[in-house]
Formats: sequence, C-alpha cells, structure tokens
Amino acid sequence: MSRIRFFAALAAVIVLGVLTVGPASAEVRIDITRGQMKPLPIAIPDFAGFTAQESQIGKDISRVVSADLERSGLFKPVDPKAFIQTVASLQVQPRFPDWKAINAEALVQGKVESTGDGRVKVEFRLWDVFAEAYMTGWTLSAAPQDWRRLSHKVADAIYKRITGEDGYFDTQIVYIAESGPKNDRKKRLAIMDQDGEGHRFLTDGSELVLTPRFSPSSREITYLSYFKGVPRVYVFNLDTGRREALGNFPGMTFAPRFSPDGNKVIFSMAEDGNTEIYEMNLLTRQKARLTNNPAIDTAPSYAPDGSQLVFESDRGGGQQIYVMASNGANPNRISFGDGRYATPVWSPRGDLIAFTKQKGGQFFIGVMRPDGSGERLLAEGFLVEGPTWAPNGRVLSFFREAPSDERGRGQSVRLYTIDLTGFNERVLLTPLDGSDPAWSPLIP
Amino acid sequence: MKLRFLSIFAAVALVAACESAPSDTGAKGGTGQTTPAVSTGKSIVAGSKEDFVANVGDRVFFDFDKSSLRADAKASLAKQVAWLKQYPNYSMTIEGHADERGTREYNLALGEKRANSVKEFLVANGVAVARVKTVSYGKERPVALGSNEAAWSQNRRGVTVLN
Repeated sequence: MSRIRFFAALAAVIVLGVLTVGPASAEVRIDITRGQMKPLPIAIPDFAGFTAQESQIGKDISRVVSADLERSGLFKPVDPKAFIQTVASLQVQPRFPDWKAINAEALVQGKVESTGDGRVKVEFRLWDVFAEAYMTGWTLSAAPQDWRRLSHKVADAIYKRITGEDGYFDTQIVYIAESGPKNDRKKRLAIMDQDGEGHRFLTDGSELVLTPRFSPSSREITYLSYFKGVPRVYVFNLDTGRREALGNFPGMTFAPRFSPDGNKVIFSMAEDGNTEIYEMNLLTRQKARLTNNPAIDTAPSYAPDGSQLVFESDRGGGQQIYVMASNGANPNRISFGDGRYATPVWSPRGDLIAFTKQKGGQFFIGVMRPDGSGERLLAEGFLVEGPTWAPNGRVLSFFREAPSDERGRGQSVRLYTIDLTGFNERVLLTPLDGSDPAWSPLIP
Repeated sequence: MKLRFLSIFAAVALVAACESAPSDTGAKGGTGQTTPAVSTGKSIVAGSKEDFVANVGDRVFFDFDKSSLRADAKASLAKQVAWLKQYPNYSMTIEGHADERGTREYNLALGEKRANSVKEFLVANGVAVARVKTVSYGKERPVALGSNEAAWSQNRRGVTVLN
C-alpha cells in the first residue's frame, strides 16, 4: 500500500452516495453460493487516456481486468467489437441504452492520467446498466509500472461490489517449477501473479525444494530444501532474497506453515522413525512439540484465528485428518469417510478444510467442515494433491499429475484452479511443469 | 583424427561406467533397473563400493505404505551386515524412498521410517551406529519411471549408500 495512495475522501463520498440510492434487490448481483450459473455480462472498455502512455496503460488495464473477471467464471466480458458508445463519449456520461442494447449488465468506466510527478492517477467507476446506477469506484495513484497491480485492484473492487465477497486478484502464487526426467527431476522455487504474469524463479534448481507457503505478509516463504543434501525447513525473504534455516534440529524438518500472526512456523520433524508436529516461535526461537504419538503426524495448518490446528495422522491405522488446540491439546479425528485423507488446509474464512483424498486408486481434492461434516469432492484424477486457498476462501488451487509409462512418457504436472462449487476448473499456465502451489493473502 | 575420436569415445564410456556407481541420489540412468549392472567384463575389486552393490545388494524393498522389513529384506540386510563388518571403514547413508501413490509430506515421513527400519536392523546386528545416517526422499527420487505396480514396488525402497 505504501506506493499506492487512496483518494479516500472521494471514495467515501461516493460510497455514501450509493448507500442512499434504491433497494439492494434491484441491483445487478451475483450469488456465488449457488452452483454453476450464467456468468454476468460486463462491458470493460479501454480506460481512457490522453497521451500515448496513458492510452497504453488504459488498454492494458482493461485487458487484465477482463481476464481476471473472466477467469473467475462469474463474469463474461462483452466483446469490445460490440460496443456502441465510444471511450471518449463514455467519459462524459454513460449512455445506458447503448450498453443495454448489447446486453451488458454492468459497465466499467476508467481513466488514466499522468500527475506530473512521474506517477499516474487511475480512476474507475462501476455502473449498473439496467438500473442506470453508480455502484462503486475509486481513484488510485501509482507508479506507471504498477499498472498490473492497479488492474487487479480494479477487478477486486468489481468482484467485491457485485458478489459481496472479497476479491482475490491482487495476489501471488508461489509454487515448485519442475523439469527433467522423473528419476532426475529438477525442482525450483518460483513465484508469479495469480494470473501467471510476473513469473520468476527464486532458486536455481541445484537443490531439491518442496512445499513452499506464504507468510501472512506475503513477503516471506517457508519451504523445504535439501540444501547440502539435508532436508530442512527454510524461510526465504522476498525483499532481501536471503534464505535462512528455521533452526538446527536433530532430524529432518518438513511440512512448514506460518501461523496466522506470522510469529510462528509450524512443521514436522522426523527423528528415529517417528514424525511429530512442532512449532517454532520466530521471535523467541523457542520450539515446542505439539504431538506425542508413534504414528506419522504431519501436514499441520492453523485455523485463521490461530486457536486450532488441523493435521493428518495415521495413529488410527490409516491417514486421517485431526483437529486439536494450537497447543496440542485434545486431538480429535474429523474424517470418517472411505479412503485416506491428507494435506488438510484450513480456509482463510474458517468455515472449511480442504484436503487430498485417496480412494479406489484415485486421488481427489475435497472440502469438509471443521467438524468433519459436509464432505464434498471437487476434483479427481490419477494424482491430484496439495490444495491451497485463495484468500477469499472461494477458489482453490492444486496440482494434477498424469501417469507415465515405464519410459517416463506421458509425465506431466500442472497447476489448476477450481471454484469452491467444483465448477470452473482451469489450468494455471506456467513456463515449466508446476506442483505444490501456495496462494498468497491479498497483497498489502 | 580417427584416433582422437576413439579416445573421446573411451572417455565417454568411462564416465558412463562411473555413473552406474552405487549412489542412488543422483540417479541419471533411467533404466529403471533395481540393481545397477556393473558387470562389463571387468573384475570388481573386493571391498569396493561396486562390490557391495553387485555382490551384496544395496537395497531392500517394502510393501505399500509399510516400513516393516519383509523376510527378503532381512535376508538382504544380513548380507549387508556381514560385508559391512568385513569392511569397517565405510560409513553410510540409508536413503528411504516411497512410490508415487501417496501425498508428498506423508511420503517424506514414510521414507524416513523406512530408512530408519534399515538403520535399526544394521545397528541391532552389530554395525556401529556412528557409521549410519539416514535421509528420506519421499516420492521425489523414483528409479522406475512407470505408473504401475511393477515400478512402484521397485521405488518403495531403502538404499544403503556407502560414503
């Protein structure tokens, strides 16, 4: 947020204005709790600009906003070729009949203006075409090269106003980029925007790395690295590019995740054939063991309020999901369906736990409530694994691996996204194969 | 010119031979063989790493989702113990591996259990504990590439890598 200053007063006035206008039921609105639905037609003309630079940024913003909204599966951007009103004329006043005629239910109007200090001011407004009413809008100032983030913020604002849910477009995904044959796989830590743009590698592939996860600030990543052949948990700082071992432990440390306040990392340590869950306080460097059981206890994940942990354990015979207090008290099994349950991840909303399930030779991505009820399977495959939540708890990412023959042919590992309803499954394109995705919180 | 070509060819062959050395961690072969074949007509020096791999056997296999030693694994490890007692200068790293039919983190834990089962057998039968380290690769380093039981049964393994 440091580089982007809100014109808060303007925004506040506009919001108050809207609140006094007509009843909410007349509004264009998407109820995203329903299953598959018809996506909402929305017109997103180029943001207007006077200079060549302003116009270019305006075009780029419109393109990225359209792509974000389209990918959500909830919106259908109207083909610009159908537009009747021109961008220039739109800046004076939306001519609603022109937009009704092409069945656009919502209209986005935007403008890019250089402010003389090397920055640009981006203004956007969202209109309800059939009610002929203003819905939301703001003006932000940013460095011109930050136009992508501005675009995602526009998309987030539209998504929020129309669905009533927080957006998830101004976010990043960290994952493991994979290449090479199955028996000599090169794995690199990589990061990108949620739409696949701004991709970069964070490690060079000289060491095996696995299971990256964001800190709540999105500026740090905890992951497993086999640096110098020793599997240990590390923390990578995106601002400094430095990485640091979490600590010195007698056994292999793995399966790390940050606590919701960012002050702790929770992880597993395997020692003498026994895997237990530990927490490490990053401020005091104190560690504590949270499980005490000869079984495999791993894959811990915090509830968003930090009070509880969900993890997997085979203490009952097979892999199952358990919930316990964050100090390790009162572990309770919550998964009781057929098959094995693994990799539980608590939703940022707190209402659901996503997991990987194995049953009948297939893998599944599913969700259940924290008490184990309401199990729903969203995706299936030869191997699907490692769900991660978008920060609004409405969309998940995971990876899917294809089987290979005895010469390794057919091998493929890709990232996917899917709506919580189980619809709108999409490949998330990456330069190489990809696995172990982790979705960031909304970027501050 | 012909001579130089030949000598390069010999060097490549030599490198290839080195690459079939026992270490399993950087397996580049892709042949999917369980025991690297070293017999190229040359004699193996008794007490060498090649001797251990070719004549003793550097690995044991596990049943699906199990870390307990099967009877055939115990027999193989008994042979390893005898050899390791005869050549006490080697230290070793036991690698634990899993097949691809499990989740990543669970398989890391399972691989560690398998490596530890091998270590415990060696130590219980007289190999000094200070000589034995373990590392788990979970499902990250298969030797057999297929997605079928024949491959998976070779990938669920504990490998004794001599240092």
